[in-house]
Amino acid sequence: MVNLNILIVGVGGQGTLLASKFLGAVAALIGKDVKVSEVHGMSQRGGSVVTCVKIGDNIHSPLIDEGQADIILAFEQLEAVRWIKYLKKGGTVITNIQKINPMPVVFGQTTYPDKILDILADSDVTLHALDAFSLAVESGTSKAVNIVLLGVLSRTLPEIPENIWQDGLNAVIPAKLLDVNTRAFEKGRNYIEG
Amino acid sequence: MKKLLLGNEAIARGAWEAGVHVVASYPGTPSTEITENISKYDEIYSEWAPNEKVALEVSIGASVTGARAMSAMKHVGLNVAADPLYTASYTGVNGGLVIVVADDPGMHSSQNEQDSRYHALASHIPMLEPSDSQECLDFTKAAFDISEKFDTPVIIRTTTRIAHQRSLVELSDRQELPKKEYKKDIMKYVMMPGMAIKRHVIVDKRMNDLENNKEVSSLVNKIEYNDKTLGIITSGISYQYTKEVFPNASVLKIGLVNPMPTELIKEFAANVDKLLVIEELEPYMENFVKQIGILKAEGKKYFTNQGELNTVKIASAYYGTKPESAELSQDIQAPARPPVMCPGCPHRGVFYVLSNMKVRVSGDIGCYTLGAMAPYASVDTCVCMGASVSMAHGAQKGELATGSDIIPTVAIIGDSTFMHSGITGLVDIVYNKGTSTVIILDNSITGMTGHQQNPTTGYTIKMEEAPKIDLVKLCEALGIKRVRVEDPFDLPAFKQAVSEELSCDEPSVIISRRPCVLLKNVKYGKNPIINQDKCRKCGKCMKLGCPAIFKEDGKYLIDDAICAGCGLCVQMCPFGCIEKEI
Repeated sequence: MVNLNILIVGVGGQGTLLASKFLGAVAALIGKDVKVSEVHGMSQRGGSVVTCVKIGDNIHSPLIDEGQADIILAFEQLEAVRWIKYLKKGGTVITNIQKINPMPVVFGQTTYPDKILDILADSDVTLHALDAFSLAVESGTSKAVNIVLLGVLSRTLPEIPENIWQDGLNAVIPAKLLDVNTRAFEKGRNYIEG
Repeated sequence: MKKLLLGNEAIARGAWEAGVHVVASYPGTPSTEITENISKYDEIYSEWAPNEKVALEVSIGASVTGARAMSAMKHVGLNVAADPLYTASYTGVNGGLVIVVADDPGMHSSQNEQDSRYHALASHIPMLEPSDSQECLDFTKAAFDISEKFDTPVIIRTTTRIAHQRSLVELSDRQELPKKEYKKDIMKYVMMPGMAIKRHVIVDKRMNDLENNKEVSSLVNKIEYNDKTLGIITSGISYQYTKEVFPNASVLKIGLVNPMPTELIKEFAANVDKLLVIEELEPYMENFVKQIGILKAEGKKYFTNQGELNTVKIASAYYGTKPESAELSQDIQAPARPPVMCPGCPHRGVFYVLSNMKVRVSGDIGCYTLGAMAPYASVDTCVCMGASVSMAHGAQKGELATGSDIIPTVAIIGDSTFMHSGITGLVDIVYNKGTSTVIILDNSITGMTGHQQNPTTGYTIKMEEAPKIDLVKLCEALGIKRVRVEDPFDLPAFKQAVSEELSCDEPSVIISRRPCVLLKNVKYGKNPIINQDKCRKCGKCMKLGCPAIFKEDGKYLIDDAICAGCGLCVQMCPFGCIEKEI
């Protein structure tokens, strides 16, 4: 693994910050240089949010700019395509299939785009799309969508040993929530695409 | 092992390691987490002050007694603190005094993108600019040393991408310093003209000494010679972008941006053929470089002064290159997803009423600025903290003075913002015989910056119980005779209250009281449901602008996953078909 740029996108309140913290902890555990860029403040209030995680030997800019992401980890499908130009040609998209209507859609000023997943599947990207919300609910809390998706991501990074992921979880999840989040992570990691 | 720290956490850690004793701040994105992290250290006294001016004065007071002190704020907060700042430059310090200012290029969460480096220049205060978390920690420690050695406050300037990035940091232990003695010294600490005239001489000498101090310069400024056909002068986050876009260029990285290192810049410029200056916002460094006679420097000719820079912007401005991105097989126009008031937000009731009444709304800084957005489109103005109150008064006086029709106007301001700088505006209304109506949105917390305590909440930063400022008594004491407390979720009563106060010929305050839905103790029980058998599809429920209510396949539905259960929508249905179990 030389350099790995992961762009985490979603809707404010979905837990993107925790996801990036988790990935940052994992990178530190395997002895790599890592930078994470977060968003706080106003855009957290239900807006479109993006955080960047860059892992490598010597990272300078904490930002992933257009055409630089190896992986887009999307918590919501519209957000996956909103940020698509940040993905490298032939990059990977891991997306939750959940839809959250933006306010202009809620008010009927515009519509939620059709066939996002079909278009993504037809594009020159490697796509993993799954119902992370249901898997999170099955594992015990709807709030663990982020951890389910990280479980899926972990499968695409075989060079990171499995125990490191558990150590990463231990580092960022409070003890009383560790069991449910470990279950959510396993759900994602063992998820078989249908 | 190195630890992955947010820039703001690293500043807090650096201050702790430097043995800081007192930290007083007012929250403001992107600076808030500095003081939040400071509050976790038992060795440090920390507080949320009501505003940045008070915060800095607390720190100055502590410094004079011999304590090491720090205040952190956002860029516009430094404007509020500018009054004590400029004179603390003259008094100098006893214990080290550090001010952290976090600029927000790109305005992720701000109302302007001013460049705070000019405050350092104008106040003759040294300014350090870190470029990652390690430097956030190291420069904070250096700032305390420079402060004491050169008898000056020191400013650390970050930007959003430094404050809110995480990178690896080497930690050390806290340094416990012997307490400095307090000595009464009116020539140094009482700034009357006779003393201040003498201090100004000392200030100029100090800045000159600092600029020529090799030890400080080698600690924070560095030259990385490489290919000498291109040399780049840069600082802060722009250094990181520079290293990615121009990996082979020679770089002068400036850590002390005030005073600028004249000799180092001249040496660097003489050794490179072409000279670029890469910096966000204003051409602060570029102008300095040209001012000392290096006319070959180029900067803003390529790189915009608007918003943030990044590697793609820099490369495309300089080389004309475009990034290669993945493309979709078909274009998708993604509808915008602007920030919204949360489901269950108490402000929703206020803005629903105000937009229905079509009154003019003098707005302020907080989550409730979102009342300017659809569907309420209610807020008319938003300038700065506290301006809602004084601008409403000014609007009334302006219309009177020009003989225009008086448009019914309310000011809206949050509890924390009212404490910050709304009180003085209200004093002005009373004193100068205004009749404005001010609505204080009391949601029991400082919301937008992520839940900080304030003088009206009854808790300190460390969650110890504290005296609670009583907003009703405070407003009455200022001379407002009409003060009433209303529930923003009782829509008819709230409307009635606004209507009554607007029709009164004297000033009034409505305290709209309901806690922020994100507070832990707020529990609304089961989510309401729309009874589909009874629903007549009138769509009135949508007028609340609640993100949890949506229309799908002709049906109006409530999204159970994001609904907070507040039940405000129950009042909206004229046919009683939104049902909530109590």
